[in-house]
Amino acid sequence: MLKVDNVKKTFSPGTVNEKRALKNITFHMEPSDFVTVIGGNGAGKSTMLNAIAGIFKVDTGTIMINDADVTKLPEHKRAVYIGRVFQDTRMGTASDMTIEENMAMALRRGKARGLRKGITKAERNLFRERLAILDLGLENRMTAKTGLLSGGQRQALTLLMATMTKPELLLLDEHTAALDPKTAKKVLELTNQIITEDKLTALMITHNMQDALRLGNRIMMLHEGRVLIDLQREEKKNLQVADLLKMFEKASGTGMASDKILLS
Amino acid sequence: MNFITMASFLSAVSQGLLWSILAIGVYITYRVLDFADLTTEGSFPLGAAVTAQGIVMGMNPFVATLAAFGIGLLAGLVTGVFHTKLKIPGLLAGILVMTGLYSVNLRVMGKANLPLLKQPTIVTSVVETTGLSTANAVMAVGIIAVAVVIVLLWLLFSTEFGFALRATGDNPRMISALGVNTDIMIILGLMISNGLISLSGGLIAQYNGYSDVGMGVGTIVIGLASVIIGEVLLGRRSIVWCLFSVVIGSILYRIIIAFVLANNLPPTDLKLFSSIVLAICLSLPAAKERYRDFVNRRGQKTVQKEEKLC
Ligand SMILES: Nc1ncnc2c1ncn2[C@@H]1O[C@H](COP(=O)(O)OP(=O)(O)OP(=O)(O)O)[C@@H](O)[C@H]1O
Ligand SMILES: [Mg+2]
Repeated sequence: MLKVDNVKKTFSPGTVNEKRALKNITFHMEPSDFVTVIGGNGAGKSTMLNAIAGIFKVDTGTIMINDADVTKLPEHKRAVYIGRVFQDTRMGTASDMTIEENMAMALRRGKARGLRKGITKAERNLFRERLAILDLGLENRMTAKTGLLSGGQRQALTLLMATMTKPELLLLDEHTAALDPKTAKKVLELTNQIITEDKLTALMITHNMQDALRLGNRIMMLHEGRVLIDLQREEKKNLQVADLLKMFEKASGTGMASDKILLS
Repeated sequence: MNFITMASFLSAVSQGLLWSILAIGVYITYRVLDFADLTTEGSFPLGAAVTAQGIVMGMNPFVATLAAFGIGLLAGLVTGVFHTKLKIPGLLAGILVMTGLYSVNLRVMGKANLPLLKQPTIVTSVVETTGLSTANAVMAVGIIAVAVVIVLLWLLFSTEFGFALRATGDNPRMISALGVNTDIMIILGLMISNGLISLSGGLIAQYNGYSDVGMGVGTIVIGLASVIIGEVLLGRRSIVWCLFSVVIGSILYRIIIAFVLANNLPPTDLKLFSSIVLAICLSLPAAKERYRDFVNRRGQKTVQKEEKLC
């Protein structure tokens, strides 16, 4: 499904600010794999997701989605495969446009935009149905601008938008980090529900170790631009946070003191 | 203090209509695309030059006016390519094209001022076919041109393309992640904008009875002032509402100018006056906000409760 091989990325090469953000990333994902990604600040998690989404060109390595080599494709051409939810709740919607307009644009993800109607009546009905599932009352506010919504409402909407046209790959970058704990929990449950029900292939970055262990069928830990730990179904099942920290210590050769970051 | 006569009031309304097409063009870049485009000051006289030269060479005035629109598209295309493909900062890309167009406009006209005396224009052909007075004919041309532009833009903005264009100005990362090439959107938006601005130049040249190489100076300020006056008065709602408010802003701007001229301000001071008007209008939203903050601070507790809905 997703094949990332020997991907490297250095920012500002040859300058004092040179940063080898991705040193060598290799991993493959099967269809309907739900991978949680953890790692300390600056480990390269977001950079890895951005590399897959095509925000920038990688230095070396290949990225394949469904046997199509997308390594050289710009972001907007990869959109046909990828749905995204960002950490910043303002990132996922056009704030001066209405809920239904945003959903209409999401419904056309990856398709050419022509002079057909931007939104049709049938689509409005579809959106109303979908929004009702969220149970946030948004189905009655479809002509409200998304800039007026709360962060949690916007994030739930963005999640709905990212998954409305079933994506080959769903990328979530700490998409609940900016929300209050109660809302974060709600959005996370919704995420889990959508991914499992629609059998989506998903990569989810989180700083919450409990969530990372509880959700998904596979866990990956990044450290200094490499995949340090990668545990599949069975290995992951009964894993505790303490086990994970021990494995991290052993694999990275660093002591517990620096591991506090992982628990944040 | 002198009030303006009915005749000069109506003339201000007519002029406001013709200029509002420029203001709508400015609205598309400044508000929809979030791009401060100075190409305006070159594409407006470009439209005037092309229309005037076309008419002098014997072209049908309607065709010459449409040619202005077409050539304006090209001006926007150049700015767009400079900005998106060659990575020249937006403001600078506009300045480069504006400056280059100065020479182009001189070449098109062959001299600095090209009069249209005794030449057929859209206005004269309306007068001939309908028997209206010149003043009424100008008004009719203005109303029809603005109505056509607004209806076409309204249709365009409700298409998939229109949605993508708006989202490009609103949240380029989001719409890019949804599969839209934002570079292309910026280029197309600049083209439509400058096409309209150039069209407005062609109409104004026919209204004035000449095209002048210097007539672009200050047009960006006029366009922005119209956009902002409209917004301050009517607020921002749907796209059609905004387009309509830009037209109202443009007409009001002309009325203010007529009023000022009626009170013996020398016309040479007009540009200074325009800048002051725009500066005041631009600072109004901030002033409003500050006032609202001041009022809100008292009722803050209730507001906070309402916000935590989700
Ligand atoms: N565009 C960029 N230019 C330069 N350096 C960058 C850029 N993006 C990321 N980096 C650097 O690359 C490293 C990895 O960053 P990244 O954002 O991927 O970390 P992360 O694992 O997502 O961390 P966090 O948990 O804090 O979000 C960091 O040192 C960061 O400063
Ligand atoms: Mg990150």
